[in-house]
Amino acid sequence: MQLVINGQAREVPDGLTVAQLLEHLDLGHERVAVECNGEIVERERFPTHALQPGDALEIVRFVGGG
Amino acid sequence: MSDLLTIAGRTFRSRLMVGTGKYATFQLMKEALAASGAEIVTVAVRRVNLDRREESLLDYIDLNRYFLLPNTAGCHTAEEAIRTARLARAAGLSNWVKLEVIPDDGTLLPDPIATVEAAAQLVKEGFVVLPYTTDDHVVARRLVEVGCATVMPFGSAIGTGQGLPDPDRLQRVIDAVGGRVPVVVDAGIGAPSDAALAMELGADAVLVNTAIAKAGDPVTMARAMALAVEAGRMAYKAGRIAKTPVASPSSPTEGLVGKPAQA
Repeated sequence: MQLVINGQAREVPDGLTVAQLLEHLDLGHERVAVECNGEIVERERFPTHALQPGDALEIVRFVGGG
Repeated sequence: MSDLLTIAGRTFRSRLMVGTGKYATFQLMKEALAASGAEIVTVAVRRVNLDRREESLLDYIDLNRYFLLPNTAGCHTAEEAIRTARLARAAGLSNWVKLEVIPDDGTLLPDPIATVEAAAQLVKEGFVVLPYTTDDHVVARRLVEVGCATVMPFGSAIGTGQGLPDPDRLQRVIDAVGGRVPVVVDAGIGAPSDAALAMELGADAVLVNTAIAKAGDPVTMARAMALAVEAGRMAYKAGRIAKTPVASPSSPTEGLVGKPAQA
């Protein structure tokens, strides 16, 4: 299925949960926050939140800043 | 004697907060953080790069030792800042946010009205809000009224290292809201003397990023900033003398050699 992740269209396997997507993107060990279609996905829901084709995701992490 | 900084019920020994941006390497940042003695360190929130695996900042920050304060840097509107704050909280470390709403006009000066609006909304949502603001005491008061946990007035524009060109304005902010919430002088600090002056004026803490990260030797500068903040705080508590236009000698005016003996 196609998702829009951080503004980029991306093909990923069908039926992934957020947790599975993060593993797929090699981000399983990164402390990230995820927004799906403008709504925050709480960390507790990563394993159960199933993604749908066309979902727009923001995946962010902490970087250096002032 | 302990002299703790308390923000939203949480206490800190250090009154120096440091940023994590602009360091040549994460390792250098880690050493500078350690030398600064800071407990609160700021971080930014950015999209993960999906095309290229990048080192993780958090691998260099011991979360048992440091309290992360995510910022909303780069947000031009209240809406963007609120969205970024929600993401920062969702990362699961805390509900604190250093609120920055800065229009995209190249000055990096904050939008005070949008900052107050965003702060009010975030406080309603349960955030502990530490807003970056101008050195306008009326705005500072508004930020306190909407429930901010601190105010963070600038000394001068972000990254300029111009220090505190207008200490009187900063003093008015401290006089207006100090004692109700901590005042943290943020931005513009260029040298330890700037940090010390901010503390001497009665600021509760200082936040420094560029002046450490871009110093010739960031680790030594971090230590110098820590000492300056401590010295400034001690001087504030000790009470500096008033400035006077009239000179007064520090040595006795009597008993000078070669003068007639006084009656």
